Amino acid sequence: MSQGVHIKTINKEVLTQTMKNGGCGECVTSCQSACKTSCTVSNQSCLKK
Amino acid sequence: MTCNFDAVHSFTIQDIHILLDINSGIVHSLSRMAWDFYQEWEKAGGDAPRAIEALAKTYDPKELQEIHRQFESLREEGMLFSRDDSLAGYELPEDTLIKALCLHVAHDCNLRCAYCFADTGSFGGKRGLMDADTGKRAIDFLFEVSGPRKHIEVDYFGGEPLLNFAVVRELIQYGRAKAQACGKELKQTLTTNAVLLDAEKSDFLNAHGVQLILSLDGRPQVHDRMRPATGGQGSYERVRAGIREYLSRPNSAGYFIRGTYTRYNPDFCEDVRHLVEQGFLNLSLEPVVAPAGVGYALTEEDLPQIFEEYEKLAELLYAYGQTGQEVNFFHYNISLDKGPCLPKRLSGCGAGHEYLAVSPEGDLYPCHQFVGQEEYKIGHVSTGVRNFSIGREFRRAHVFNKPQCRGCWARFLCSGGCHANACSLNRNILEPYRIGCAIQQKRLECALYLQVRKMAGEQDNPAI
Repeated sequence: MSQGVHIKTINKEVLTQTMKNGGCGECVTSCQSACKTSCTVSNQSCLKK
Repeated sequence: MTCNFDAVHSFTIQDIHILLDINSGIVHSLSRMAWDFYQEWEKAGGDAPRAIEALAKTYDPKELQEIHRQFESLREEGMLFSRDDSLAGYELPEDTLIKALCLHVAHDCNLRCAYCFADTGSFGGKRGLMDADTGKRAIDFLFEVSGPRKHIEVDYFGGEPLLNFAVVRELIQYGRAKAQACGKELKQTLTTNAVLLDAEKSDFLNAHGVQLILSLDGRPQVHDRMRPATGGQGSYERVRAGIREYLSRPNSAGYFIRGTYTRYNPDFCEDVRHLVEQGFLNLSLEPVVAPAGVGYALTEEDLPQIFEEYEKLAELLYAYGQTGQEVNFFHYNISLDKGPCLPKRLSGCGAGHEYLAVSPEGDLYPCHQFVGQEEYKIGHVSTGVRNFSIGREFRRAHVFNKPQCRGCWARFLCSGGCHANACSLNRNILEPYRIGCAIQQKRLECALYLQVRKMAGEQDNPAI
């Protein structure tokens, strides 16, 4: 590791800020049942982004 | 300022040190020195000078001070120790709209899978098929109740939907034409065991943009043990042939191979390896969900081995990537910057209020797992939803209202788990299936690890 780089932030979007403009409901449903390949919501994408 | 260490999940996999700031969803990877400082800082209850002093013999105190400064700067930016006070008392809006249907076009199946939640296709009732009129009424119902939602979904499900392909074909065309006429985008998917999948059906499905979920558990002996045909003989060869046929056709609309692992194959990396060897690269393997006491059910004692296997899987996938073979393992795909908003994460699976299932007779249920359970019948495609209390109960079953989820670090990544599993195994929609939670947490750690690891491979400057 190069000197001085001790913390690397992987992503930048702060989740709590999405409360303001989120919730349009256009994204795909995320059934979490194993028989349909459970979607954790985290592996979905937002259609607006 | 107090340091809210409870709002951070920290873990290490293969010498990669990761912090997840739970409420902001921000992920940091740390150098060994930063990791050691963080651990000591937490031990010292947030007293940084004490933590630096404790590490003074190992590291340069000036560098430790710099690390502390960087952490403080992240805190100021809302990327560390962030709070969710603003979400206290949050409830989903009452006006959520139904936007997805699971059509049970066949309550019958040509396999007799041992772990089938649907009584090998009958859902505890009569074996039978949905007729085209009922299916069309269901699609009409979806278009009507989805109101202004542009994106809507239909999944053709069973049992085995290809047993009723003539109707499926008609409904796919009907839905597509209706979407074009109404200006909506209809995503259609089909979940099949692939036994009846042939070139003609594949071409039709691809031409109509239907994505497939194809059930195959992995190695032949693993698959055949749990997924025999009606006569008891193994189905592996027929299933593999069906999938190969599908993949040989041009213009695939997209697919996932979906397998189940059980207590009989905790070494499921070998199944992933086998599937990749067949040329199947979009994969998903799920832990079986079964009541305790059943031979193939996963138990608490199996968890250490399963956790180890997930780490092995992350290494395997990374290794495939290094050789230029991108294997897409569904549960390790995680959208960190383009992921869903918090309201979506709080709405969970949407069963009962955004997503409903339709029985072959047209009865509506909160999701496919409740079909056939009379007490969960909430209406009919001809008359719409009549029982709204179940939908309300499901809508309220989000992570803030489930005691176990409220304190879980994975709450905004997982969204609370499967309601049907909670109801069937714990008789309580607010109490998630514990083994499922443990596996989910490990899977998410590995998914985050893999993201960091990949990023480290792409850049020469990761904090690793």
